[in-house]
Amino acid sequence: MRLDLLAALNAERAARRAAVVVTELATGAQRLATAATLASDPLAPEIAAALAERRSGKAGEGSVFLAVDVPPPRMLVIGAVHISQALAPMARLAGFDLTILDPRTAFATPERFPDVPVIAEWPEEALPAYGLDPFTALVALTHDPKIDEPAIAAALRAECFYVGALGSRRTHAKRVERLAAAGLSQQAISRIHAPIGMDIGASSPAEIAVAVLAEVIRALRTGASATAGAAA
Amino acid sequence: MDVTDSDVLAAAERWRREGRGVAIATVLETWGSAPRPVGSRLVIDAEGNFLGSVSGGCVEGAVVSEAAEVIAAGRPRTLEFGVADETAWKVGLSCGGKIAVYVEPVD
Repeated sequence: MRLDLLAALNAERAARRAAVVVTELATGAQRLATAATLASDPLAPEIAAALAERRSGKAGEGSVFLAVDVPPPRMLVIGAVHISQALAPMARLAGFDLTILDPRTAFATPERFPDVPVIAEWPEEALPAYGLDPFTALVALTHDPKIDEPAIAAALRAECFYVGALGSRRTHAKRVERLAAAGLSQQAISRIHAPIGMDIGASSPAEIAVAVLAEVIRALRTGASATAGAAA
Repeated sequence: MDVTDSDVLAAAERWRREGRGVAIATVLETWGSAPRPVGSRLVIDAEGNFLGSVSGGCVEGAVVSEAAEVIAAGRPRTLEFGVADETAWKVGLSCGGKIAVYVEPVD
């Protein structure tokens, strides 16, 4: 690999952007495919498919190797609540870089969340610096529209791979009305997983955390969008 | 997807800029249930220092020694490791898997 290509790849990774190193196996010739250069690549369809599946492998009838680099997944949890206390260690075990955001300083304390980054600010203040992106899951758990909804709207606009929100169907129906009034399309709003969590009959906060984590992993690994199944 | 892989590529760049001879090994293909997925990387320097993993331990030794030749020759090569079941169990490829690894110099 040429040093300049390696440096460009590392720059993409540092910026949390997906990139694919395309290697012609017979000659060793290499190029970097990014969102910016993908369209002009002769293997564009195969590279796009590999990116969608987040999977490295051979292409071009075996003559080419596509090394897919996608950023490590993050999870931003809105609400320093009971479910979050269970979800934080589970999600970190599963490989997510997890952060909790809650402007209510009584909730967002290091004592309640040891070793977890906790941002005690409003979403509008904190999200620009956090940088939501397509490799981030947004899990909204406060039940409070003032806190959850700005984060949900921002996550939909940033095309987060998963957006889920706690609340009953009735709560969600009202949320949908407000998000539509705020200018979000029906298509974007339909991406919200609500009620949140895979339907495993979860009841306790820890069980709901399992249901949420399972749903996030399914979205990450299969690209599955919002489904009917729900736990809470 | 792997935080470690990110460190591996950062190390490859840093080591090369320090003037070291560097090779990157990448898992090209696996057959059976190999311990590390396609795309996993190992970075090796000319002294035999390495970071990352292509097999969870069992063929790293062989890849590291081949990497020294790749760094010296300045040309990539593809290595295939097919391991009989019993041997595989002894060296750590518990599945009797087979892997192909692409080793390339950083230049």
